[in-house]
Amino acid sequence: MEELKQEIRLPRIGDPAPDFEAVTTHGTIKLEDYKGSWLVLFSHPADFTPVCTTEFMAFAEIYGELQKRGVELLGLSVDSVSSHIAWARNIEEKAGVKIPFPIIADLSKEVTLSYGMVHPGESKTETVRCVFIIDPNQIIRAILYYPLTTGRNMAEILRLIDALQTTDQHGVATPANWKPGDMVVMPPPKTQEMAEERLKQGYECKDWYLCMKKL
Amino acid sequence: MACISSDGKPTESGIKLLRSLESGLRSPEEVAKYTGLPLFRVRSGLRELAGAELVTQKGEGYELSDKGDKLIGSLP
Repeated sequence: MEELKQEIRLPRIGDPAPDFEAVTTHGTIKLEDYKGSWLVLFSHPADFTPVCTTEFMAFAEIYGELQKRGVELLGLSVDSVSSHIAWARNIEEKAGVKIPFPIIADLSKEVTLSYGMVHPGESKTETVRCVFIIDPNQIIRAILYYPLTTGRNMAEILRLIDALQTTDQHGVATPANWKPGDMVVMPPPKTQEMAEERLKQGYECKDWYLCMKKL
Repeated sequence: MACISSDGKPTESGIKLLRSLESGLRSPEEVAKYTGLPLFRVRSGLRELAGAELVTQKGEGYELSDKGDKLIGSLP
């Protein structure tokens, strides 16, 4: 019963990221090693599977873009380090893509369970395709879940990071389908006085509650 | 970072970290800047080297231990 409770535990946006110390392809890593950097922690169902292989190549392709944004990548699945190493070497050999980021070998499922990465309705043993975006203070800022059959969209992951970093830097929100360079949304006014003032401040307003500006 | 190989000797990246401490006590942030390695790799690597008694932690920083100093001195 206790195990079942652990399996369905899902960390939420705004929670401190669950702490861990894990064996990876780059040695033993603790969550706290990433303090001060953004971190994308993502899980995949299993090594040597087709959709996961396309995703790993795609994550490797955006690694440079992530680094420019101060973001580190950390993969995870319930496979051994030897399996991860063999798979990464195979991807390099067959596709010419080097996997530059560490991968957690979570055979004990310790990290998997603490992040709620197994969704028993989808698979009782494999992790679903989770993405946890963790900020430099180690707070979970965004979570994505994809089923086993659907590979993730790297452009959306980059867009989400850009949006979060823009929010932090400028104290604004971002509208639907926002991308860097587009107008951003001003936070809603908290008082009637602020609502009236908002309309005089030169923003592009549809009404008092929906004002946008260029950065 | 896997700074120590299975035969107990430091790897290439382990030696890079050890060399970065030749000038004395440095914080992980300073080591990352000096070596160009990502901070998370420096933190995990220094922890591993400390476990092998090749470096010693002092407050927030690390310095070479006598064992680490001897090892660096013996390298070409």
